[in-house]
Amino acid sequence: MPFWVYTDPAVYRLEQELIFRGSTWNYVGLEAEIPNPGDFKTTYIGDTSVIVARDEDQSINAMVNKCGHRGARVCRAASGNTTDFTCLYHQWNYDLKGALLGVPFRRGVLESGRKVGGMPDDFQMSEHGLRQLKVNVLNGVIFASFDPRMAPLREYLGEKMFYYFERVFDGRKLRLLGRTRQKIASNWKLVFENIKDPYHATLLHVFLVTFGLFRADQKSKIEMDDTGMHAALVSRRGEQKASEGTVDMSNFKADYYLQDPSLLANRKEFKDENTVVMQTIFPNLIVQQQTNTLALRQIVTKGPESFELVWDFFGYEDDDEVMTGYRLKQANLMGPSGLVSIDDAEAMEMAQRGCARHEDESAVMEMGGREWLDEDHMVTETAIRGFYNYYRQLMGFF
Amino acid sequence: MNLRDLRFEFEELLTEYVQCLDEGRLEEWPEFFTERGVYKLIGRENVEQGLPLATMFCDSKAMMKDRVTAIRKALFYSPRYLRHLTSNLKIIGQEGEAWMAQANYVVLQTLQDEETKVFNTGKYVDKIVFKDGKYKFEEKVVIYDTIQIPSLIVIPI
Repeated sequence: MPFWVYTDPAVYRLEQELIFRGSTWNYVGLEAEIPNPGDFKTTYIGDTSVIVARDEDQSINAMVNKCGHRGARVCRAASGNTTDFTCLYHQWNYDLKGALLGVPFRRGVLESGRKVGGMPDDFQMSEHGLRQLKVNVLNGVIFASFDPRMAPLREYLGEKMFYYFERVFDGRKLRLLGRTRQKIASNWKLVFENIKDPYHATLLHVFLVTFGLFRADQKSKIEMDDTGMHAALVSRRGEQKASEGTVDMSNFKADYYLQDPSLLANRKEFKDENTVVMQTIFPNLIVQQQTNTLALRQIVTKGPESFELVWDFFGYEDDDEVMTGYRLKQANLMGPSGLVSIDDAEAMEMAQRGCARHEDESAVMEMGGREWLDEDHMVTETAIRGFYNYYRQLMGFF
Repeated sequence: MNLRDLRFEFEELLTEYVQCLDEGRLEEWPEFFTERGVYKLIGRENVEQGLPLATMFCDSKAMMKDRVTAIRKALFYSPRYLRHLTSNLKIIGQEGEAWMAQANYVVLQTLQDEETKVFNTGKYVDKIVFKDGKYKFEEKVVIYDTIQIPSLIVIPI
């Protein structure tokens, strides 16, 4: 993998056009965040600001947050409830779908009995609304696409990935527990790689290894969709004890016990035997299912060497207090202070720093072979190879 | 004790608390709390929206000790200097045995090879009790404005 994919501003700009503003589905929020008509939130697709709003007719709409007039950002609030959007500069007014409703002085102004100014007669309101995006809501999760002819989300995921998606998004009403955010000084693709890289998990994350939350020697597998752009790392939690598989992990610490084990108190809540599913959905979403701590991690790109990772932690409306308690405690493993995830932020930044001045050199990703196939173990970089196989074709790099 | 003397005690407590963190004496951090003390580091956006998810959450001294052990033994992070500045301490009331107090804070962080930057700011919302001859936190909720955290937060605030 040549290092310039992580550093070149021209590649970054191309990605914004071909990937984020291209034929992809991008996670933008949960229905539970905008439950009532008029509710809205602002977020990003790549680095494009977008508004997601629920209309009076209950439909969910997404639009680019850029005035049809002179490109100013229209909505400056992170969230709220409104009947319409008005740009502060010249008061151009849009409805909850983004259609242009009003332009002050469109028909000019009366001055000494004479009409002066105004827009030309052939000015069409319908051509100057906020750019509307295609929206697909799947079991309470909202996705948006810049491609008006984008195939349905379920098709985009493929049946294998849809199975893991539906594991947590099964139609039950979701409850947003809260949000944390971190700005990571690395290229956005490194976080994608990180979650497609079960090879590192057992070597870097002492916490994971020591408490048997995830180990190379436990029953696990990695599956991709047909294109290689999405993947799921699936595993089953074992117990804390030394075994042959742990000898290779220099971070294993057999004498490390929690003084308050309630951190890991949990309840089996899903039908299958898996305890961890980490799903990457191209291009901006990671679905984290680690025991009872569930989150959607949204990637917001901010240049070739920076991105914001937004963690939306959720549960279900029918969770009892005990389950909510488990989720809030297990959340200590995740996020910007996560007992597991802190290592990842550090590793990504260190990897990015290493790229500078070496753009013409390459990273080696041959663990597990040179092909990209589903595997039933974790000592592999196959999902990363799958991802770049797809990326290369999409970007036109050969 | 009058309010002025109490304020003095709480200023001392706050100073000792932040110095403990700045000087890396992490093992002393849990000792500022009661046995079932609560420490919650939570973003302002969640508090304002009434959402419960915290970035760090411990509801016992033992859980705090576990976090310290993880910091010492399990986590990988680059070396840094931290410096807390606190101000605007105000006692706002009483709830049973506990005094309620708030203060502002700023944490300045210096990473290796970099200049000092404002890392995180917010306010402390504390419940303080007098136990075993010392003032301790029964609860410390750290509500931070800096919701877009630069990289990561490993040392508690």
